[in-house]
Amino acid sequence: MTTTIIFTIVSLSVLGLLLAVILYAVAQKFKVEEDPRIDDVEAIMPGANCGGCGFAGCRAFAEGCVKTSDLSTMFCPVGGNETMKKVASYLGVEVPEKQPQVAVVRCAGTCDNRPKLNHYDGYSSCAVMASLYAGDTGCKYGCLGQGDCELSCMFDAIKMDPKTGLPEVDEEKCTACGACVKACPKMIIELRNKGIKSRRIFVSCINKDKGGVAKKACAVACIGCTKCQKVCPFDAITISNNLAYIDYNKCKLCRKCVTECPTGAIWEVNFPVRVPKKEEEVVNE
Amino acid sequence: MSKTFSLGGIHPNDNKISANAAIEEFPLVDTAFVALNQHLGAPAEPVVAKGDKVLAGQLIAKASGFISANIHSPVSGTVSAVEFLPDMAGNAVQHVVISVEGDEWLPSIDRSPVIVKDIKLSSEEIIAKIAEMGIVGLGGAAFPTHIKLSPPPGKKAEFLIVNGAECEPYLTSDYRIMIEMPEQILIGVKLMMKALKVDKAYVGIEENKPVAIKKMKEIAAASYPEIKIVSLKKRYPQGGEKQLIDAIIKRRVPSMGLPIDVGAVVQNVGTALAVYEAVQKNKPLVDGIVTVTGSCMKEQRNFRLRVGTTFDKIMFAIGGFPKDAVKLISGGPMMGKAVSRTEASSTKSTSALLLLTEEETKRGEESNCIRCAKCVDACPMGLEPYLLNRLSRQGKTAELEENMVQDCIECGCCLYSCPANIPLLDTIRYSKAQVIRIMRSRPKK
Repeated sequence: MTTTIIFTIVSLSVLGLLLAVILYAVAQKFKVEEDPRIDDVEAIMPGANCGGCGFAGCRAFAEGCVKTSDLSTMFCPVGGNETMKKVASYLGVEVPEKQPQVAVVRCAGTCDNRPKLNHYDGYSSCAVMASLYAGDTGCKYGCLGQGDCELSCMFDAIKMDPKTGLPEVDEEKCTACGACVKACPKMIIELRNKGIKSRRIFVSCINKDKGGVAKKACAVACIGCTKCQKVCPFDAITISNNLAYIDYNKCKLCRKCVTECPTGAIWEVNFPVRVPKKEEEVVNE
Repeated sequence: MSKTFSLGGIHPNDNKISANAAIEEFPLVDTAFVALNQHLGAPAEPVVAKGDKVLAGQLIAKASGFISANIHSPVSGTVSAVEFLPDMAGNAVQHVVISVEGDEWLPSIDRSPVIVKDIKLSSEEIIAKIAEMGIVGLGGAAFPTHIKLSPPPGKKAEFLIVNGAECEPYLTSDYRIMIEMPEQILIGVKLMMKALKVDKAYVGIEENKPVAIKKMKEIAAASYPEIKIVSLKKRYPQGGEKQLIDAIIKRRVPSMGLPIDVGAVVQNVGTALAVYEAVQKNKPLVDGIVTVTGSCMKEQRNFRLRVGTTFDKIMFAIGGFPKDAVKLISGGPMMGKAVSRTEASSTKSTSALLLLTEEETKRGEESNCIRCAKCVDACPMGLEPYLLNRLSRQGKTAELEENMVQDCIECGCCLYSCPANIPLLDTIRYSKAQVIRIMRSRPKK
């Protein structure tokens, strides 16, 4: 009885020792050399693994940062400039400061502005709906309202408003990772500079139809009338395919186009309420 | 003993309530809106401009590219515009708009009811004629017929299989032509046999159309002994190419393959009639037989309808939208597409307009999958729809491809049989398009 137990213990111990030696030898032989800095850079990362930087996750991004000598093309939208500065100082390189961005929904086709013409009862997904037909309103460019952007957001920053049927972005939570931009089959959402004091001006429409057709489908559509282009002192507005687009790098937030727009397609965000009969404040840099 | 395909399938109520309505000529409209993408492949290029006078049957748009088809004017009158207008899905499509003046046809077109039996043209001439007359497959996909009749080099057709199954519920347009114009169809089949250089042809007809089977059999036995009329069991989707080949010649088309890979070419009876009219009567494809039906309608109709008639006009002709109709479908209830805009117009492949009531079209509330595998039993392609649905919602395209989502024929059997009302077809159809796009983007070996 005792000999059996002793024999078992001894034989298993010898076997264990033998295997440990083999494992150690193999581990030494096939050791993967990895830059220890990758671990450190990864520790600086926010760890959201959202993929907004274009890499597969935070570790892949850290690896990319360590391998490249030029950090100007690398940017972590979640951590922003602060994180990038930390990474740069750790690696001992320079990094240019980037304007913070935010997701902007360029459709104002609420149920009142853009009446529904038919009823969609298929699977509730914008991608599926867009593959079937142009949408349940007269505008074939506008928001489909099934909430693919909401599902794609990892930061709970974009939500469908049940009243308007349109998504709304929470500026505080939005990290500009671009997941919603990719999720939207109609390409309505755009990443734009957050602007000074979070003030922004943008065209809240992407309808490329001729003015009459666009206006018939939606009360607040851009009709491509070129009024805003003429009034803009900074040449920030371009018009192509009956649609105005404001270049956020050129726009100085003077708000002249907002008052000029006959349909109200140009939106201003986070500006103080206008005081009537007083000359308009021009916000400069 | 009737034949049928071996895998899956369902037995929906066939609802052929318009079967006894004889084909009537649809009254001339005042404006025709002719879309230029009525076929699979590249849209045709217009060859007329605003202000041009056209006769019925005159070429108005030329095929542009290898897979494309000519389009002819369905009416006579003046071209009032060539512009982009929404189709029934709301997407902008180039249309030729013609204001109708009288009904004058090109003098070369033989519109007499005389049946021309003699086949004078050679194989190549028949195919050229079919291409010239803009014939497309009328079974639903609108694939240009002349391409289907010219097998790629190295492949040889052995059989011509003609689809008279009409397995979709409600539709009766094929049934009506089989009992009203059986001889013309059989001459059309002969023409296609000559074009393909095959000596065997089968026409498959489901058993719920006994009159059509009897008539076709009689005429085939008397004058066309090389064409066999095959009686098929009633089962959906019997009219699918791959199912019909399986049912009639017991061969299985390989995954992502074409019927020609097993030596078969499948055409619809409607196409056979169009081929007869094009080759023997010189008449381009400018009209088609369209069933207008629905349980909410007082009177069921089968029309010979010119291409480019707006759905509004058709609804007007039947006395307006029935009160309780909530949905208009172009095609049958299983594979047809809902019409989102009634100002859109009919095309070459419009086979039916179906009006459904709220109760008939209502989707049940979705609940959880209980793995009952009814969808697996129903799938005629041997797929696992419950699995594809799950993978589709997770966006796993690689696994979807492994599970053969690209073989789905979008027949809707899975959705029909699901007791949990899961929108299987919606998700699978989307993923199928996605996977096929990925497969096509890969470099060819």
